[in-house]
Amino acid sequence: MAQITLNALAHTYSPDPAGPKDYAIRQMSHVWQQGGAYALLGPSGCGKSTLLNIISGLLEPSDGEVIFDDRIVNALPPEERNIAQVFQFPVIYDTMTVFDNLAFPLRNIKTPEAQIKGKVEEVADILDLTPLLSRKAKNLTADEKQKVSMGRGLVRDDVSAILFDEPLTVIDPQLKWKLRRKLKEIHQRFNITMIYVTHDQLEASTFADKIAVMYEGQVVQFGTPRELFETPAHTFVGYFIGSPGMNFLEVTLTPQGLAFGTLPIPVAPALLEAARHSGSSNIKLGIRPEFIEVSEAPGDETLAVEVEDVQDLGTYAILSFRIGSAAFKARLDEGVSPQGPRAHVRLPAEATHLYIDEYRVEVTQ
Amino acid sequence: MNKVQSNKAWFLVLPMLLLVAFSAIIPLMTVVNYSVQDVFDPNTRFFTGTEWFVAMLNDPALQGALLRQFAFSFTILAIQIPLGIGIALLMPKQGWRASLVLILVTLPLLIPWNVVGSIWQIFTRGDIGLMGWGLRELGYGYNITRNPLDAWATIILMDVWHWTPLIALLCYSGLRSIPEAYYQAARIDRASRWAVFRYIQLPKLTNVLVIGVLLRFMHSFMIYAEPFVLTGGGPGSSTTFLSQSLAIMAIAQFDVGPSAAFSLIYFLIILLVCWVFYTAIMNLQKDKS
Repeated sequence: MAQITLNALAHTYSPDPAGPKDYAIRQMSHVWQQGGAYALLGPSGCGKSTLLNIISGLLEPSDGEVIFDDRIVNALPPEERNIAQVFQFPVIYDTMTVFDNLAFPLRNIKTPEAQIKGKVEEVADILDLTPLLSRKAKNLTADEKQKVSMGRGLVRDDVSAILFDEPLTVIDPQLKWKLRRKLKEIHQRFNITMIYVTHDQLEASTFADKIAVMYEGQVVQFGTPRELFETPAHTFVGYFIGSPGMNFLEVTLTPQGLAFGTLPIPVAPALLEAARHSGSSNIKLGIRPEFIEVSEAPGDETLAVEVEDVQDLGTYAILSFRIGSAAFKARLDEGVSPQGPRAHVRLPAEATHLYIDEYRVEVTQ
Repeated sequence: MNKVQSNKAWFLVLPMLLLVAFSAIIPLMTVVNYSVQDVFDPNTRFFTGTEWFVAMLNDPALQGALLRQFAFSFTILAIQIPLGIGIALLMPKQGWRASLVLILVTLPLLIPWNVVGSIWQIFTRGDIGLMGWGLRELGYGYNITRNPLDAWATIILMDVWHWTPLIALLCYSGLRSIPEAYYQAARIDRASRWAVFRYIQLPKLTNVLVIGVLLRFMHSFMIYAEPFVLTGGGPGSSTTFLSQSLAIMAIAQFDVGPSAAFSLIYFLIILLVCWVFYTAIMNLQKDKS
């Protein structure tokens, strides 16, 4: 059982880093509560696997501290950290049976054989591996192998956290869903801290209570799936979470207010004030496609837009349109299907976020 | 459905059939032909049936050579396989050191058989050879032309020097193909160094080792040039292996019939041993039901 604290943690592979660009993990401080289910979400190369390896001890961070409860574990190798890790490709001991595979971590710490049997059978039962116990691990299917490698983490009583590094990559889609549910079940049953690395937002949000979205070596937002959806703290979160991602409009500050090209964009006064105050020229407005209101007739605060395309995805439709030169997408309500080249959209103020230098500006409205 | 009967496809198999016929079947059948006849001169020959085979199997000189041959092959396998694995485990994994070590390790493989024999012949001479002279200076009466044990030890040492690199090379490539995650998982499972070797590295090396053992067995079972150059099969016949016995019979004495029968027996032994070994290894990997 452990609370994992990352204190001013950063990591670089270069011996003399010149700037933030040289860091695989840029400085961050986070607390991962004991018993929580967390996901590290981000695209390939964003540093999420590096961060996971730092937590598991396969990699020693170049800066900052990793703290398990009150103990700084920076220099501790993985075998002394009481963690388990499940890798992208199932790691099993080919020549051993499933039983021996599950017993392996226990035998390595010289557990009495009688105790091993009970523990292995218990874990095999939870993972539905009981009928396979006497089979050679080599001949299992990918999802069974992945369950075996997960089981090796569960047999040890001293495991305080299980780390998953994209564990479902090689699993068939319909089994993915089953295995994900299994993970959830295990999490609830064992009260173990779980950290799950993935690039799949669906996997992350079904598994985790809290998601850390990583981008270019930084955690750009650490929040619940709902927070990531409703109030993305960074433009990347807006773009990466959701399907399709958030719409962004690069606006400029004019004496009259915000404008896109020559088109004035009405926003709440508080947002305008914040934009003026920042002095930055990188100002964006973001709105999720789900919150854009589309109508066929002009109304209050609507903008006339050019319809490009309507894509019917079965359960709902996505409207592609342009505001000037900016491409937008909106999710259409049932019954609304704009005919012809023009439509009218309203961007509700409560769903419109202001981003300055890519970060969301918090204002009380 | 109407099936069109056409045997044209056979013509496409023909080139392959011809190739195999000329490369394997025809030469082998000529040997079979000689093995069942007694040939006196080009015009006089008698059918002998299995006579030559029986004679060969009962020949004490050949039985001795066969035993020596097995002893030799098993000895060098018992040394080369563990040693090759050991060297592969110690070789650097990357960087210029890896390239350098690879070249150094591989060098003996590039030396022709006859040259290996000559090198060791000179190396073990008591007057000018470093090893022969050195051992004598150290007080050991080393002499491969008189002492069968010295001759044996030298031939084994020579073969180990010449061919262990092959095993090391095969194992090195096998080890490089093990994903890093296996080692990481083993660390997390608190596996000892021995357990990592026993349960990760060795299983992953099984396939290359099967190839290595088969190659080395076949190769060593056919060894000819090196002992021929080094000891000439002596002292006495203590290092006369099968190939040399066969060469004496077929070329020096021109006993075509017996040597043909002997060749076939020789070939079948190699085939049988390889088959038994391969089947046994493959069975190990199956589930016991």
